[in-house]
Amino acid sequence: MSEIIPHLETQNLNAYYGSTQALEDVSIVIPRNQITMIIGPSGCGKTTLLKCLNRFIELEENARIEGKVLLDGENIYSPSVDVTEVRKKSGLLAQRPYPLPMSIFDNVAYGIRIHRLHSRGQLHQAVQHYLQVAGLWEEVKDRLHAPASQLSIGQQQRLCLARGLAVEPEIILGDEPTSALDPISAQHIEKRLIELKQRYTIVLVSHILRQARRLADYVIFMYMGRVVEAGPAHQVFNNPQHERTRAYLSGEF
Amino acid sequence: MRWKWQQLEEKIVQLFMLLSFALILFCLLLILYTIVAKGLPSLSWAMISQTPKGGFYLGKEGGILNAIIGSLYLALGGTLIALLFAFPLALLLNIYLSQSLWADLVRLSLDILWGIPSIVYGAFGFTVMIFLGWRASLLGGILTLALLEFPIMARAMDEVIRRLPPDLPRAAYALGSTNLETAFFVVTRQILPGLATAALLAFGRGIGDAASVLFTAGYTDRIPNSLFSPAASLPLAVFFQLGTPFPEVQQRAYSAALILTIIVLGISLSSRWLAHYLDRFSIH
Ligand SMILES: Nc1ncnc2c1ncn2[C@@H]1O[C@H](COP(=O)(O)OP(=O)(O)OP(=O)(O)O)[C@@H](O)[C@H]1O
Ligand SMILES: [Mg+2]
Repeated sequence: MSEIIPHLETQNLNAYYGSTQALEDVSIVIPRNQITMIIGPSGCGKTTLLKCLNRFIELEENARIEGKVLLDGENIYSPSVDVTEVRKKSGLLAQRPYPLPMSIFDNVAYGIRIHRLHSRGQLHQAVQHYLQVAGLWEEVKDRLHAPASQLSIGQQQRLCLARGLAVEPEIILGDEPTSALDPISAQHIEKRLIELKQRYTIVLVSHILRQARRLADYVIFMYMGRVVEAGPAHQVFNNPQHERTRAYLSGEF
Repeated sequence: MRWKWQQLEEKIVQLFMLLSFALILFCLLLILYTIVAKGLPSLSWAMISQTPKGGFYLGKEGGILNAIIGSLYLALGGTLIALLFAFPLALLLNIYLSQSLWADLVRLSLDILWGIPSIVYGAFGFTVMIFLGWRASLLGGILTLALLEFPIMARAMDEVIRRLPPDLPRAAYALGSTNLETAFFVVTRQILPGLATAALLAFGRGIGDAASVLFTAGYTDRIPNSLFSPAASLPLAVFFQLGTPFPEVQQRAYSAALILTIIVLGISLSSRWLAHYLDRFSIH
């Protein structure tokens, strides 16, 4: 692995829910065009960290953060930055897919329409393109105008991927995006993500160590709101620097 | 032993469910039977296509087209105006005021308004109209009905929006939607069936109400030709005709009731159908 080119970076990030601190002094870099995996035991702050990266943390009633998150060097929390622009730059895959209450076609077209990314004439082509990239086109091309809720969970997750890609983001964020899926659908998504890292920076949260080993180029290991260790995957997995990482990787907790 | 008990409990509960269902069905059928049996004989084409002619209230020629049209105007107008305020309020309650003390206060006020008898709305509307120097008119009736329907609609819509899964707006925010885009393109789409039901519920309440239009819209044999002319309505047509001493006219009261029931039934059936149709796209 060559030298790291940071795409996202956090500096001394602290996050609080009310008076409990969920992130403590987190300073990490997220390399461009790689898959970064955030791992760690339940409740260590993985989801919170991910939410800080697209300002979703602001949707939590009682949350408060300190510190900086830099996207290409610009702090996304600075007052002059438009939150919708920040979110447009990252596609989000949630733990459970959540289609919009419209047809399959309109789900993908939604982002294109609100951001006026393509003209009307090109809309269909664009939708087809993103459905193809997400590996869903063949399965839905004959029922584009059926409600998205009719798709299986695995198909819905790929629809959400297509929908996220359609707003032309630079980053894909995923919070355990395969944990609600059956093994075949999960494989589908994994395969897509590996293809997509050519063009996007991908940040995933995972519970499953085997999945992390399969996908990760870069690993961030967290414990109780702190980053214990971060580095290229081969280094963290094969030669962890910290006792705690070693213990976690060997399944001790 | 325990097993036996559970079976018995099950049976008792089932019995109660069956009884209450039978009771409701019985009441519904009895009401329908009464108005059909008493109203159908005098229901004629003339009843629904003519306005009252001279001597109508003594049992002579004419129909209640004035009341049919009047009621539709009143209820449609009232529902539209109530909608104009109820929907934004319901959105405001859930998006901008969510979980604040203000939201609770507004909900409490709406619940109180919902419980106020319609004659009070009628009297209130009447007082305001006197103050403004208005006479009984279609507009007065529409505004009073809007007032009556507003809390019903706002509260019903509020419940619909409250049941919205929080993940849905998040999915829209994740795509870089603004609050406004999220509200109008995504949330509205999800809750449209519920909103339609809420609006039609309020419409049904409005079209059936006599007390609120009694002083405010008045009653006339003519079809209203402007917002400032008085307007007849079906509930009052029932009321006035039932109050006469002539059996023929009383019978017409039942046929007016029958017409009102058919309209309300039609509305509720079509709203069910509409809700079902729109619901295809909603996420459950
Ligand atoms: N909305 C919230 N309000 C209060 N506390 C919260 C909230 N969300 C998370 N927390 C707390 O913050 C800490 C970090 O939570 P977070 O969801 O980031 O953990 P996680 O690593 O994603 O866990 P998991 O693997 O179980 O998903 C936990 O102690 C959690 O209880
Ligand atoms: Mg989590």
